[in-house]
Amino acid sequence: MGILQVKDINKRFGGLAALADVNLDIEQSTVHAIIGPNGAGKSTLLNCFVGRLKPDTGTVIFDGTSLLGIPPHEINQAGVSRVFQTPEIFGELTLLENVMIPAFAKRDGAFTLNAWPDLRRESDIKDKAANMLADLGLGEKLKIVAETLSRGDKRRLELAMCLVQDPKLLLLDEPTAGMARADTNATVDLLKGIAASGITMVVIEHDMHVVFSLADKITVMAQGTPIVEGLPEEIRGNAKVQEAYLGGAHL
Amino acid sequence: MLKNFVNKRDLPVFLGFIAIVLLAPIIMAPLGAGYPDLLQKFAIFGIFAIGFNILFGLTGYLSFGHAAFLGVGSYTAVWTFKLLTVNVVPAIFLSTLMGGLFALLIGVISLRRSGIYFSILTLAFAQMAYNLAYSVLTPITNGETGLQLTLNDSRVIDNMFREVSKTSLPSTDFFGLSMSGFSGFYFCAVVLIICFYISLRIFRSPFGVMLKAVKSNQERMSYTGLNTRPYTLAAFVISGMFAGLAGGLMAVTDPLAGAERMQWTVGGEVVLMTILGGAGTLIGPVLGAVTIKYFENIFSSLNDSILNSFFSFMPEPMQHVFTAVAGLFVGEGWHLTLGALFVVIVVFLPGGLMEGIGRIGKLFRRGGDDGDKKEPAAKFATPAE
Repeated sequence: MGILQVKDINKRFGGLAALADVNLDIEQSTVHAIIGPNGAGKSTLLNCFVGRLKPDTGTVIFDGTSLLGIPPHEINQAGVSRVFQTPEIFGELTLLENVMIPAFAKRDGAFTLNAWPDLRRESDIKDKAANMLADLGLGEKLKIVAETLSRGDKRRLELAMCLVQDPKLLLLDEPTAGMARADTNATVDLLKGIAASGITMVVIEHDMHVVFSLADKITVMAQGTPIVEGLPEEIRGNAKVQEAYLGGAHL
Repeated sequence: MLKNFVNKRDLPVFLGFIAIVLLAPIIMAPLGAGYPDLLQKFAIFGIFAIGFNILFGLTGYLSFGHAAFLGVGSYTAVWTFKLLTVNVVPAIFLSTLMGGLFALLIGVISLRRSGIYFSILTLAFAQMAYNLAYSVLTPITNGETGLQLTLNDSRVIDNMFREVSKTSLPSTDFFGLSMSGFSGFYFCAVVLIICFYISLRIFRSPFGVMLKAVKSNQERMSYTGLNTRPYTLAAFVISGMFAGLAGGLMAVTDPLAGAERMQWTVGGEVVLMTILGGAGTLIGPVLGAVTIKYFENIFSSLNDSILNSFFSFMPEPMQHVFTAVAGLFVGEGWHLTLGALFVVIVVFLPGGLMEGIGRIGKLFRRGGDDGDKKEPAAKFATPAE
């Protein structure tokens, strides 16, 4: 029994079957990669996990509770954090504030009216956030406004915002998209470290180098359906996968 | 002790604010505004704008309906005078409470939407309140005449503790201190300072950062485990309480409440004040309130004969032309001046007067040597908060 069980998910957008009979079982403390050509339904699937979309049929069970029909903040409070394809950060706030906010959410829950204490006196939260930023190589930029960061740094910031909450499940949507090779390698090393700490990860990724150096298990999707699932070495030589990529929408 | 009271970084700002407010009669005298009636208005609209800024400046939710809470505050205060006592303490407490209560009701519904739909909903509610005050609620609001003190008011608490005159109308007081003239201004000034302090605490608190996060990215907030609705509702109610308090203080200094206080123009005025001064800054809203009320006072009091004598150094035909043109901008037409000022500020100083002050300050610090290096960064800097 995995930490995240996805059963018979279907999602249609008008006449298009974005997801068709998706079944997935994500094992605890593993890195599960989802690959496939553009339009295969990978991001749609993640959207169903975090409450951004509601599937037409099926169930998503995380850690024994259903994630369907509950609002995004409750899903996060249950231990699911997500890094988006385009970084979702608090652009006008400083890096430190960006990371303190999820730390507060973890400590104080979905809503607290703590309007009297001084932010600067919340040293526990502040230290936690500063250390997390330092771990991700952003320790020098605590007072910088997030909007001014480079794209790669924004991704790192978003990752820090997720990790500071000690999530049970981390969802990553193309964590290295648009990164230079050196940055990609640094991110892979970083994610390996996170995986080693026991956090379960679901990664959507196009870069096969990243996929094969991270994943414990790989699911290949095409046209809204998982076509193959297996260990990295099984996937590498699979004819169906070759066909999905070479004969599919990718070319 | 002091360290727990105000953050070290904010101490100069806070002390400076107290000093300027308390010395306002002296500071404003050379500008022709050193008299209590106008100073009181500065303080009361300052409070209104400070509260509005907690909602609009921090969360970005633009309400056009805050005049409703101002009106509710005024009616509540006058009713408190009539039913309980002309001592102002119960009146301002109850008007704050009622402002908050109405904000809760309207906020719960309006905050189901955001952006322009939210603004329209608040505007609609305020207009409803305004029309109700004029029509079906006449027994409570006394309609067009406005709610006033009368000799027949029950004033239960007053009757218990002191001899109530049956021949002359009472005046409001703070434990014997009359609320007219400078004592009235100083009462409002102290309340303004307290409100400024509360706003300062909110700005510097974790709750304040959450409100800024609402403005920045609600989507990320909810995927971060935060429920945005109660945060926006809390901000809405707090700003409604400030508005109720401001309305109460209006009745304190002049025990009369009319429906015109609920009109949308009043709700629009507080939006102008906040933006003009600098939304999202601590001092900006107060500065905006003072600026608008000052210009209203100066420009609306000018008339054609004053202008005529002002332009009397010119040859007669030119004098007439100048008087006619300038006449459009004064007296009843002072809103034209306000509009022009607003356009200039929004186009050239989107951060409001506080941005202007920040730029001037920067110019002095640099000695004006290398102009505006790194100007793009200023877009994100929160000016002088």
